[in-house]
Amino acid sequence: MKLEIKGISFSYGSRPALDRVTFSVGEAEIVGLVGPNGSGKTTLIRCIDRILKPKTGVILVEGEEVGKVKHKELSRLLAYVPQSAASVFPSTVFDTVLLGRKPYVNWGLSHRDKAVVSQVLSLMNLEDLSLRHFNELSGGERQKVFIARALAQEPEVLLLDEPTSNLDLRHQLEVMDIIKNLVIERGISVIMAVHDLNLASRYADRICMMNGGKIFAAGDPFTVFTSENIKHAYGVEASVEKHAGKPYIVAIKPEKREEKK
Amino acid sequence: MKERTSESEKLLPHELYSQFTKKKVTFLLVSLMFLVAIALVATSFGGARLSFGEVTQAVAARIFPFSNFEAELSTEVIVWQLRIPRIVMGALAGAGLAISGTAMQGALRNPLVSPFTMGVASGATLGASVAIILGFSLVGTEKYVVVANAFLFALGTTFLILALGRLRGVTPESFILVGIALLYFFGAITALLQYIATEGELAEVIHWTFGTLTGSSWENILIVLVAEAFCLPCLIMYSWDLNAMASGGDDVATSLGINCGRVRMMVMALSALLTATIISFTGIIGFVGLAAPHITRLLIGGDHRFLLPCTCPIGASLLLVADTIGRTAFSPTIIPVGIVIAFIGAPFFFYLLMTRRRRYWQ
Repeated sequence: MKLEIKGISFSYGSRPALDRVTFSVGEAEIVGLVGPNGSGKTTLIRCIDRILKPKTGVILVEGEEVGKVKHKELSRLLAYVPQSAASVFPSTVFDTVLLGRKPYVNWGLSHRDKAVVSQVLSLMNLEDLSLRHFNELSGGERQKVFIARALAQEPEVLLLDEPTSNLDLRHQLEVMDIIKNLVIERGISVIMAVHDLNLASRYADRICMMNGGKIFAAGDPFTVFTSENIKHAYGVEASVEKHAGKPYIVAIKPEKREEKK
Repeated sequence: MKERTSESEKLLPHELYSQFTKKKVTFLLVSLMFLVAIALVATSFGGARLSFGEVTQAVAARIFPFSNFEAELSTEVIVWQLRIPRIVMGALAGAGLAISGTAMQGALRNPLVSPFTMGVASGATLGASVAIILGFSLVGTEKYVVVANAFLFALGTTFLILALGRLRGVTPESFILVGIALLYFFGAITALLQYIATEGELAEVIHWTFGTLTGSSWENILIVLVAEAFCLPCLIMYSWDLNAMASGGDDVATSLGINCGRVRMMVMALSALLTATIISFTGIIGFVGLAAPHITRLLIGGDHRFLLPCTCPIGASLLLVADTIGRTAFSPTIIPVGIVIAFIGAPFFFYLLMTRRRRYWQ
């Protein structure tokens, strides 16, 4: 197992956000984290990347406990792409992606560091933008730069929080295909939080559906994406069809909420 | 994809980047030479008219004692006892304030921050006021009463802010808010002291706050030099961490293996130490610490590995130009450099901001 999460709980002050979450991710596997807003997807990802410290439970990356490994070592194993971040100060695309080499450098850059960045930039189709300023880019280009930086870290496990939320249809597919290829070629594992259920269904090998800080359903897309599960987690009536060998979810209408007067 | 017109244009991103890096190194070297040139020109300006050649001779005669450079004794005294100490102090102060400002802005992810955000200036002013008005000093002999008090109060304030900010969580917001609150608090105490001061004392305090290089001696320079020799390399060592924190934010930096809280505390402590050392001798010279970082960023971009070293000659040059103007424009009246620097620095800053804004701010 690349990544094992055992009984993780976390709360923001007195408000619990994660309740004994347990799951694992195998080699060359893409796990899609889905669930309504506030269900704990981002919190879980931030706990895995030790930005947040879980109250209970352990997280193992390649058998090593996250809390006990040196930060620098861990950052060679795990890379994280947050939902969004703007740069306050000017920084070129190359410099931004170069940060991904931070876990490997002390001061000077090796030829390999630069070569990896070059390679990642061309992989993400960002070569022509490499000396442009980050703040001049469109939202979609910025998101690709963030993913490129995470890839420059050459991680074993990639944590993506809404990797496609700012991308148009074409870029969504492009980026997801690139990630899928990396998974196949290099055997890295991916956990991605997504709102787009059909994107999750199409690219993830396994789905974890979260609700109220717990894993509500987990398994392959067909077992998780059922009308009942979607109704229960999201409060939405949906029909699940089959398209190209994957479940295809069509939302119909929000379930009527029983409101108390 | 676009057709490339010739083979030579077909450079890989990292080759383009290497060229880009070379330009920055060149910039650093050129700005250092520029600083030396400014320093020499500044030495030839002043009350006693000395030609550029005479000054160069006097400088060279000391530096290369066995060469055949010779200078008149009077020239040598003016140059080595009056002008050069002032100019060296100006350069050191400009460099130190500029690098402190740059590091602080990066560590707090905020372009409005200057070394004084951490209460250094308000603490120093209070310390100087206490020494001048109440005649009370924590340490120091006659000559250094004001200096020592300003220094200790400045550092004390900074550590108070660091401690309080830490209680609230080591985020940029905590430090900035705590810093501003304390700034007002110490400002109030200083104002109260000034209210009860005699006119003579008041004048002395106000004069101190203007910020001036008059009275710079080799002794003072040595102390500032020691502080810079320690703080500059330490700050530059944090370049990568600052890059990650400034451009990615704390989450990303943490993810890259950086302990953001610790880096932030260290950078602020070092910047405050450097700033406190400088302004306890010179008084409040504010604008360099805010503007020099931005001017340098506008010229070479935000990569701290180059930005931090380059702000030094830029800050130093700004301060020297300002001081030379202050010293000569209305000679024999000397206008304190703290005033002149904002007067000429601000328009220059506006000019860069307006002409290069597209590449800078969002």
